[in-house]
Amino acid sequence: MNFPILSFIIFFPLIGALFILFIKNNPENNNLNARYVAIFTSFTNFALTIYLWFLFDNLSSDFQFVENREWLRGYVNFRLGIDGISIFFILLTALIIPICVLSVISSIKSRLKEFLVTLLVLETLMIGVFCSLDLVIFYLFFEGGLIPMFLIIGIWGGPRRVYSAFKFFLFTLLGSVLLLIAIISIYWITGTTDFVQLYQLKIPVEYQYILWLAFFSSFAVKMPMWPVHTWLPDAHVEAPTAGSVVLAAILLKMAGYGFIRFSLGLFPVASHYFTPLIFSLSIVAILYTSLVALMQDDMKKLIAYSSVAHMGFVTLGIFTLTHQGLEGSIYQMISHGLISSALFLSVGMLYDRVHSRLISTYGGLVNIVPKYSILFMIFTLGALGLPGTSGFVGEFLILIGVFKINILIAVLASFGVIFAAAYMLWLYKRVIFGKLKNKELNNISDLNKTEIFILSSLSILIIFFGIYPDPIFNTIKVSISHLIENYNYNLTVYLSNLNN
Amino acid sequence: MDQINHIIPELYLSISIMGLLMIGVFYKNCANFIYQSSLVVLLIAFILIFINPIDKSLFLFNNSYKIDYLSSLMKGITLISAFFVMLSSYDYVKTIGINKIEYPILILSSVLGMIVMIGSYDLMVFYIGLELQSLALYVLASFNIDNTRSSEAGLKYFVLSALSSGLLLYGCSLIYGFTNSTNFDVIAFNLDKLNFGSTFGIVFILVGLAFKISAVPFHMWAPDVYEGSPTSITSFFSIVPKIAALTVFIRFLYVPFISLIDHWQMIIVFISISSMILGAVAAIGQNNIKRLMAYSSIGHIGFVLAGLSIGTNEGIQSSIIYLFIYLVMNLGMFTCIFMMKRKNIFYENIEELSGLSKNHPVISICLLIFLFSLAGIPPLAGFFAKFYIFMSVIKSEMYFLAIIGLLTTVVSAFYYLRIVKIIYFDEPKESFDISTNYGLKISLILSTLLILAYFVYPSSLIEFISNINLI
Repeated sequence: MNFPILSFIIFFPLIGALFILFIKNNPENNNLNARYVAIFTSFTNFALTIYLWFLFDNLSSDFQFVENREWLRGYVNFRLGIDGISIFFILLTALIIPICVLSVISSIKSRLKEFLVTLLVLETLMIGVFCSLDLVIFYLFFEGGLIPMFLIIGIWGGPRRVYSAFKFFLFTLLGSVLLLIAIISIYWITGTTDFVQLYQLKIPVEYQYILWLAFFSSFAVKMPMWPVHTWLPDAHVEAPTAGSVVLAAILLKMAGYGFIRFSLGLFPVASHYFTPLIFSLSIVAILYTSLVALMQDDMKKLIAYSSVAHMGFVTLGIFTLTHQGLEGSIYQMISHGLISSALFLSVGMLYDRVHSRLISTYGGLVNIVPKYSILFMIFTLGALGLPGTSGFVGEFLILIGVFKINILIAVLASFGVIFAAAYMLWLYKRVIFGKLKNKELNNISDLNKTEIFILSSLSILIIFFGIYPDPIFNTIKVSISHLIENYNYNLTVYLSNLNN
Repeated sequence: MDQINHIIPELYLSISIMGLLMIGVFYKNCANFIYQSSLVVLLIAFILIFINPIDKSLFLFNNSYKIDYLSSLMKGITLISAFFVMLSSYDYVKTIGINKIEYPILILSSVLGMIVMIGSYDLMVFYIGLELQSLALYVLASFNIDNTRSSEAGLKYFVLSALSSGLLLYGCSLIYGFTNSTNFDVIAFNLDKLNFGSTFGIVFILVGLAFKISAVPFHMWAPDVYEGSPTSITSFFSIVPKIAALTVFIRFLYVPFISLIDHWQMIIVFISISSMILGAVAAIGQNNIKRLMAYSSIGHIGFVLAGLSIGTNEGIQSSIIYLFIYLVMNLGMFTCIFMMKRKNIFYENIEELSGLSKNHPVISICLLIFLFSLAGIPPLAGFFAKFYIFMSVIKSEMYFLAIIGLLTTVVSAFYYLRIVKIIYFDEPKESFDISTNYGLKISLILSTLLILAYFVYPSSLIEFISNINLI
């Protein structure tokens, strides 16, 4: 057996976290050692995932780097592996965490050491979600992520942090207990929870509908889809900047990943049956939350609602079951991961200076913080999907995919793009342009070197993937084709059985 | 004489109790010595259990006492958990001044009673064991004589427990009347499915047993007794007697009454569901941590019973696994409660924990782990406990039970989170005394490690438990 690189990538941050835990708390130099260990761990892990991408074979639709260990004897094996769908989520996670670590160091004053530990533990759990090849292992990491996120919102959050943390935790837990029942039922129906085997074994059609709904309940809350999205704005507003970034960039993507991996892969017949449901919920999410976002006076809340709308595009794209739709969804998730985290970071940097997130506090920043204004501009344009940014590619592909299936839905979804332009540009106008009303804003400083590094690296990625999306498509293409073939095959078999 | 060999642990325990009692009576100021030597006695008894090969099964004394894998395992667990409860509560017992010679001796006698209960294969032997453990517990509940709440707890426990013992005895006599025997095997042989008289007997016995494990609707005593008793005894209550009671539950349901599973299954399902719901809902408003633990233990017993209600080997095994993991979590929780001390006064209000994470980061992390584990969040051990239960419940297609169980998990997560919130999110209060007691540290570290590292090798418990095949 080769070097278990996936296990290493999963558990390396955990080792770093343990290491930090044993470093003595040293407030005098603001925990210099802990900061170095966290930076070292997260950047090494990022380098490792890049290396993983180099090793990855783009032409194979099988799971690669598979590891298999005996774990829960007789029931579950600890199986890890990645394919073209999951590798980018791992890369995204490994990219976002070092950025968070860097941003946290200047913005979090109290209990920095604990924050770094929590963040690294969260990284372990999130990478674990995308690497697992077994439903139980997936559930373990998926649910485990609740603990550090709950602490991040609750300890380092804003004034209503307790309410938001509880809402986040209980909403998500309620959704995922049904997932647990479904996983156990699958075990007893088929005798395994290893989903590579399950793809072959096929779950009997009569069970698919109810199991699909159970999975849906969990992913819909996490995604979040309308009408169970209400925890997200609260959680985003109260969470510290790094918490919002992780939440928007990665935690939401777990649900999209789950839809692709499990709902489509395991329950093709049910997915086909429930597609109208997903479409209508997505359309409502896109239109309704875009309109809600338009009227927000809190910047973070605005971005949170825009996330719900963007996730609506993702679910729409996934359930078109076309190459364009699915590839677009994955692209949109990655691009949203970059753009939303950049937006949250930008808002967080303003907040660190002025201590207000209200749009009305700002105005006329362009003359005071020009560098900030330029970078914020790029992210705004990315969020509204301007051609040339990564946001465009995803939305465009999704809309093509939807057009192939249903023109009405596509037309409605296109309105979402217009609304996105409206609320993002209006936000930008109110914050950056206009007259300088608030005298306090005169004294704020422009971005420092770390902040410029963070934001410009994100903006480079956003523009790069907007102009040259091939590296991503080359990697995901084969896996997506395999998924769609598998899906169509299963569906045809089912439909022909039905006709006979 | 050959039979005596097999009950060496029981004999050893009774002789030690008498010996320690003699020492206590004739020497002054030897309370500490007796406490420490009873710790040693428990450890030696634990070792003695495993001297004989434990995987064979044999009957002693006219088939009234059974040694098999289940009983040996449960005896061992009883002894070792009694050991850890005594070890972790030593500091508490000394501080509040209830370290009298009777205290460890009563605990030992109660443990002896439980061990007899676990081994019993006959209604008479079972009842003797039950009464021995209960009588010792009545006294222990009211042991803090300076405190009226403690006396109240003892009296309440005595009255209600005596009532339930009466019901249980009545059930036993009904069973004897309809089957002509008190031996479990003979009862199983003679039990007539069509005779509803024996069903009445079963119901009465189940009521008595449900009372002992504080399952709804026979739980009323638990919150008051948990709150009033000295905390060391509360921790004993919430951990040790449950093992014996669960073993007896398994024995009763799956040896003499197995043929009447249609009759008792619905009862157990009902008790299980109502315990889960009450345990989840009633704990929300509690501010006293001992009272909260009482309701939490009611909820957890609901899960244990859910495993028992199924009537399969997997069900029994999952119940036992659940109980074991629950014991470790509870031990950890109570170890933390023993640390809530300022200037030799122990605090029980949850609000006292506020901002604990700033003053005592290590204790807070341990508490965090226990609380999330009690709430059943992966990857902690509490999740696996629930996972096994749901595995067996769903295998038997009792989806209703599984869904109720999972929903109560969400509700009960709320009050565990509330404690986490108080520890981590609230402003710090005066810090607690730093405890230097080794017993506390050892129990805390051991239980935390067990809960935290369980996911690394989760089949460890199954390997022990999978030998238990009663059906």
